Amino acid sequence: MSPEPRPYSRRRESLSLLWSSPLGKTGLILLGIVLLVGIAGPLVFPFQPRTSADSAASVLSQPDRSHWLGTDELGRDVFRETLDGARVSLIVGVLATLISILIGSLIGLVAGYYQGALGSFLMRLTDFFLALPMLPLVIILAVIFGQSFAVIILVIGLTGWPSTARIARSQVISVRERRFIERVRSLGASDARIIRVHVLPNVVPLIVANTSLVIAGSILSEATLAFLGLGDPSRVSWGTMLHYAFEAGAAGRGAWWYLMPPGLGIVLVVLGFTLTGHTLDRILNPRLRDF
Amino acid sequence: MLRLEMILKKLAQALLTLLAVATFNFALFRVLPGDPVKLLARSGHLSSEAIASMEKAFGLDKPLGTQFLLYLRNVCTGQLGISYTYRRAVADILRERIVNTLILLALATVIVVAVGVAAGVLAASRRGSKVDGALVVTSLVFWSLPTFWVGLVLVIVLGVYLGAFPISGMLSPGSIGGWGSLGDLARHIVLPTITLALVDMGQFVLITRSSLVDVLTEDYILTAKAKGLSRREVLWQHGVPNALLPVITTTALYVSLVVGGAIQVETVFSWPGMGRLMYDAVLRRDYPLLEASFLLSAAIVIFANFLSDIVYLLIDPRVREA
Repeated sequence: MSPEPRPYSRRRESLSLLWSSPLGKTGLILLGIVLLVGIAGPLVFPFQPRTSADSAASVLSQPDRSHWLGTDELGRDVFRETLDGARVSLIVGVLATLISILIGSLIGLVAGYYQGALGSFLMRLTDFFLALPMLPLVIILAVIFGQSFAVIILVIGLTGWPSTARIARSQVISVRERRFIERVRSLGASDARIIRVHVLPNVVPLIVANTSLVIAGSILSEATLAFLGLGDPSRVSWGTMLHYAFEAGAAGRGAWWYLMPPGLGIVLVVLGFTLTGHTLDRILNPRLRDF
Repeated sequence: MLRLEMILKKLAQALLTLLAVATFNFALFRVLPGDPVKLLARSGHLSSEAIASMEKAFGLDKPLGTQFLLYLRNVCTGQLGISYTYRRAVADILRERIVNTLILLALATVIVVAVGVAAGVLAASRRGSKVDGALVVTSLVFWSLPTFWVGLVLVIVLGVYLGAFPISGMLSPGSIGGWGSLGDLARHIVLPTITLALVDMGQFVLITRSSLVDVLTEDYILTAKAKGLSRREVLWQHGVPNALLPVITTTALYVSLVVGGAIQVETVFSWPGMGRLMYDAVLRRDYPLLEASFLLSAAIVIFANFLSDIVYLLIDPRVREA
């Protein structure tokens, strides 16, 4: 008989494995940089959204000494605007993911543990959401419920849970099948206790790895929604910057300084979460460990 | 036969999902703020007779249940309402646009599947090598790129600075259409296709790779090696065919992804397809057009899902013998 894994004692080990993998380290460093820039950047270089151009020449102008990354279509400083935009992208990504992960884990846990009518109904529901085209769904929800910060977080959060539910469910099922659960139950443990003490600790690591990947997806969703003109108009995010850049014809006019900074911001933060999540998955998912 | 039974079951599931989507759509657009008749009339004042006749025409004077049945009948017969912006039947507009989207998606999908699967096989067959590592990292990076931004960058680099390809539309202005402008179409389709393919390829590489890596550790691979087959024979006769099964089931997921990608790419490149139509409908709040586009894109994804289930049933020997 092999000893049951004790995931919590592996926490420290997992972190050091994450740091010792080149991909994981790159991901963590990228996240550190973006976090630092997002918090400290706007304090050091505050962005004034209300300033506007005093002459036509200062609109969509190339980088120079006073504007390190040029100006946007209103003559505002792109460098400061980009620093400011990090915050919305990060906050939306994290909050939406919290919602997705909570719903997804709960549905996955229940569907995996109670495999009767309730479980199969929940899986049908999950499959239904998986079968919907995500971007069109998110677009119509945002159109109907309006373009506010809260609506965007809710819409992305409420549509992003199915993958988490599937992962949680399959892990719960694999734990449930193990012999020791049967033994614990015969000793009189309640469902609640079995879930809390034996099932959850085995499911949580996979959910942690999944969380990082879901954040990456949520940030991409926010950027895409905002690019399509469905962002919160009162707040600057990288996606809304790109929307206004696109509408102002920045691409056709070759205004690379307006398109590159917010785009690279999105790529770096999404890549940071993707690399971290990918590596954590390799470490924490026993089936993937040897690959 | 058992297999026929399974196909019918899958068909029933697909139809049920479609019905659920239609119900969802009905409910969603009925919670819209404002009175649908006023929304439809949009501007100006309507006489009370005009309102009453419109309500009657759209069945809005009937109870909700009857309205729902009417709605289902209209959807089945292709009566999807009148677009606010184009003042034409939504179904006609969609019919014109969907062809352009399908041309784009078909081309991108062929490239994604061919290159993605080839790269995945290459990575898995050299697991742990430098090539494998590079392919995995590249896939993760491509996966992290926002589709619309890749499009914008290609516009600047290949379109504006190098002037290699047209950056907007499907045909040059003044083009007569027909077979003569095929070359023109080919030049216009390059950038949108590259954009779609680049971003959606990563996932295919990773799925093919992990599936093949799984298969290559199976006992029957060891058996194949033991009976003296070469590395290449083992890979192509026993490895790849089995590894492609999970790839087929992820096709549905891919279709959902690529439909979203089409909206972004068509927006950036003004490609006159369904995606650009949706973007314009979003900006103008053209609800009937949005509602129908969502229903159609859901139907496409559900149909792709159903097809991949059927293909799986037909080629998986384990299912065949069950």
